[in-house]
Amino acid sequence: MLGYLLRRILAAIPVMGVVALFVFLLLRLTPGDPAAILAGDNATPEQLDRIRTSLGLNEPIYIQFYTWVAKLLHGDLGVSLISNKPILEMIGPRLEPSIAVALATITLSILVAVPLGVIAAWKHGTWIDRFVMGLSVLGFSVPVFVIGYVLIQFFAIDLRWVPVQGYKSIMSACAKAPPNSLSTLQAAACVRDSFGPFFERLILPTCTLSFIYVALIARMTRASMLDVLGEDYVRTARAKGIGETGVLLRHALRNAAVPVITVIGSGFALLISGVVVTESVFNLPGIGRLTVDAVLARDYPVIQAMILLTSGIYVGVNLLIDVAYTLLDPRIRY
Amino acid sequence: MTTTNSSNVVLDINNLVVGLGRKADAHRIIDDLSLQVHEGETLCLVGESGSGKSVTSLTVMGLQQKGTLVPSGGSVKLVGEELLTATDRRLRQLRATRMAMIFQEPMTALNPVVPVGRQIDEVLRAHTDLDSRARRQKILAMMEHVRLPDVERIFSSYPHRLSGGQRQRIMIAMALVLEPKLLIADEPTTALDVTTQKQILTLIRDLQRDHGTAVLFITHDMGVVAEIADRVAVMRHGRLVEAGPLQDVLRTPKMDYTRNLLSSVPSLVPRAPRPETSEPVVLEANELSKIYRERSLYGKAREVAAASNVTLTLRKGRTLGIVGESGSGKSTVARCIVRLIDPTSGGVRLAGREISDLSRRLLQPHRQKIQIIFQDPYRSLNPRVTVGESIAEGPINYGMPRKDALARARELLELVHLPPDAISRYPHQFSGGQRQRIAIARALALDPDVLVADEAVSALDVSVQAQVLDLLDEIQRRLGIALLFITHDLRVAAQICDDVAVMQRGRVVEQGPAAEVLTNPQQAYTRALLDAAPGRGWDFANFRPVSEGIVATA
Repeated sequence: MLGYLLRRILAAIPVMGVVALFVFLLLRLTPGDPAAILAGDNATPEQLDRIRTSLGLNEPIYIQFYTWVAKLLHGDLGVSLISNKPILEMIGPRLEPSIAVALATITLSILVAVPLGVIAAWKHGTWIDRFVMGLSVLGFSVPVFVIGYVLIQFFAIDLRWVPVQGYKSIMSACAKAPPNSLSTLQAAACVRDSFGPFFERLILPTCTLSFIYVALIARMTRASMLDVLGEDYVRTARAKGIGETGVLLRHALRNAAVPVITVIGSGFALLISGVVVTESVFNLPGIGRLTVDAVLARDYPVIQAMILLTSGIYVGVNLLIDVAYTLLDPRIRY
Repeated sequence: MTTTNSSNVVLDINNLVVGLGRKADAHRIIDDLSLQVHEGETLCLVGESGSGKSVTSLTVMGLQQKGTLVPSGGSVKLVGEELLTATDRRLRQLRATRMAMIFQEPMTALNPVVPVGRQIDEVLRAHTDLDSRARRQKILAMMEHVRLPDVERIFSSYPHRLSGGQRQRIMIAMALVLEPKLLIADEPTTALDVTTQKQILTLIRDLQRDHGTAVLFITHDMGVVAEIADRVAVMRHGRLVEAGPLQDVLRTPKMDYTRNLLSSVPSLVPRAPRPETSEPVVLEANELSKIYRERSLYGKAREVAAASNVTLTLRKGRTLGIVGESGSGKSTVARCIVRLIDPTSGGVRLAGREISDLSRRLLQPHRQKIQIIFQDPYRSLNPRVTVGESIAEGPINYGMPRKDALARARELLELVHLPPDAISRYPHQFSGGQRQRIAIARALALDPDVLVADEAVSALDVSVQAQVLDLLDEIQRRLGIALLFITHDLRVAAQICDDVAVMQRGRVVEQGPAAEVLTNPQQAYTRALLDAAPGRGWDFANFRPVSEGIVATA
């Protein structure tokens, strides 16, 4: 298992290398002079020259790539063209809301969708099945912002149960102190004190996003369970006189899990990088909005960093999915 | 072996009706079926596919597809207790404790993601209060009882680590661990090799004798019936045709259907040899080898010889059989000869021309001289292409005008005894036997010199099998075609082959005229294979034991 993990991590290096090359070439292959693109329409020749020198654009392209990668490996993602801040500092604080919402959404979706899918498959063809599938179609077809605003209107404005929008860090109780200056105990205290505000602001975005993932995962679970319930070993399990719960959970669900895990994994990766609408509706300072802002402003270094980050997350999640396969199914060995 | 008396009836089925759906006029899958199985007795339920054997067994267990297969009349009693009206809860209690079942496919009947020991353990956890140590001891003892080796290791193994025979032993251990009164075995040895089959049949027999279990044994194989049955019940179209003690049914079947069924069973005694011919050799394989290299990222490559140094010769108008168990390499050889896969070394000469080293393009003109028929007629025909198109495709590829090719397809359909209007129909509109006829017509469309039949009749019921074998024989006589016949079934080989080659682990261990190899085998493996053939003592078609036949003709 350890050897397998090691090999998989090593295999991820060339993948990330190709991504890095692509990201690097993105700027160089864009029609026109990169310096001109970076400098904008009204730049003077002196300004262009300065940018060219500062970016090393006068060097041969392979040297440029080497320098760029070397910087990257030292954690230097470059500087934003718009705000002039180091990109690492821009991304850092935005990861927390994105990851928090993604984790909460996936957890909630699994807790709701897997039982729904299992029940729908078990009661295949009955009104329960049709009801779950109808719910799933609804989840797919209603736009995220509609669900978001409806939830805000009802739970935040009418019932006043939760705040309308915004985000509070899980460490917000000690926001003044830099995180690494705190001892573990102090940090734990911060988390305890700020969990309430953090959590109540997370509820609505999580519920909103969960609609589509519940729809997706429930559908996948149902389809996969239907396949498995027709298998011989399920008949064997029934012939042993095991109760339906045991048949469904111990024998069917575990065998049905592989495709479901795949969907959950890719869903999670999508969630971290692509929830712009939800972040806008709930005014969350996540990385989705950072990306969109960078694209609109043509902030190329930030776009590059975001592509690298997103690819890294995908590669990482895929690794986790493959590891999960081997845990679920002893026949899968690499 | 056991005297039947009414006091110890374990399973009592009376006038059972099972309909397709809930409507009163629903099609009856089981129609007015009555049978009894007594303590310590094996009742073999035989019949061809679709006769309702499996539905009967599933109905007893209460495992039939709910809502689709509906028991609408009669009664099923297990040691006096009515099962048809029992609650789900009661049925669950009875399963594994009073009645248990083993299934046909040991490969799929066990949950692939749970260690086999735990799968047996589930039975004990569901039905007993034993603590985990007692359960484990009981399971290990049971696993030894079904003669599994190295039980501690197997206990924690996953099913894919075990062979088919071992998996079936696990199934049997699971079924019998609580000593049920009734064991239902639904084709439990059909998917196994003959030598493994023999071991499993012996095991079931022994366990039954030790525990006095009543066994309802479902099979389509008359050989197995002769080995294991005390009494036989024959089913057809959901009805009971006849039932009686084994000797009575095999010797003096009362109904025509039973007679036909028995007559269709190919005899293990080889047919009278045809005179040697000096016809030209059409196919030669010289020291043919196929080696698979299993590569792994780290560690060394492992080599598996699927076939090694196989040498065969086939003359025009003759039939050469390759027999052997699964994994012996017979299909690999067939595929190398047809060049569906490329041999690692050795040569194949087709009509005197070496074809083993030809490139795909240069091979093209030679392909039409050798054609192949596959095992499963349900999957070897493209379901979205009409029968006519399927047959005409080959000739069209070789440049025959479409109109002529379709006319040829019509002739071929006539040759394989299918109606001419079959040409515009689709494969799903035909039965298994008819589809295999279509596959034969398709193979013949290119006028091949050699026809390779890879287990071509193995998926068919015996009566259909007999018809297809007759057809192949007729075609061979009319067209002088040479036939390379791959089969695991020695009975079929005995009836169709002039010569046979016996393969084991990629090698030909014995080769020669069928009459000699199958009656006077020289190699231990061939002897073991013949010895394991179920029902070898019976000459079914003549309704007598083989020994009596020898006396009669002597």
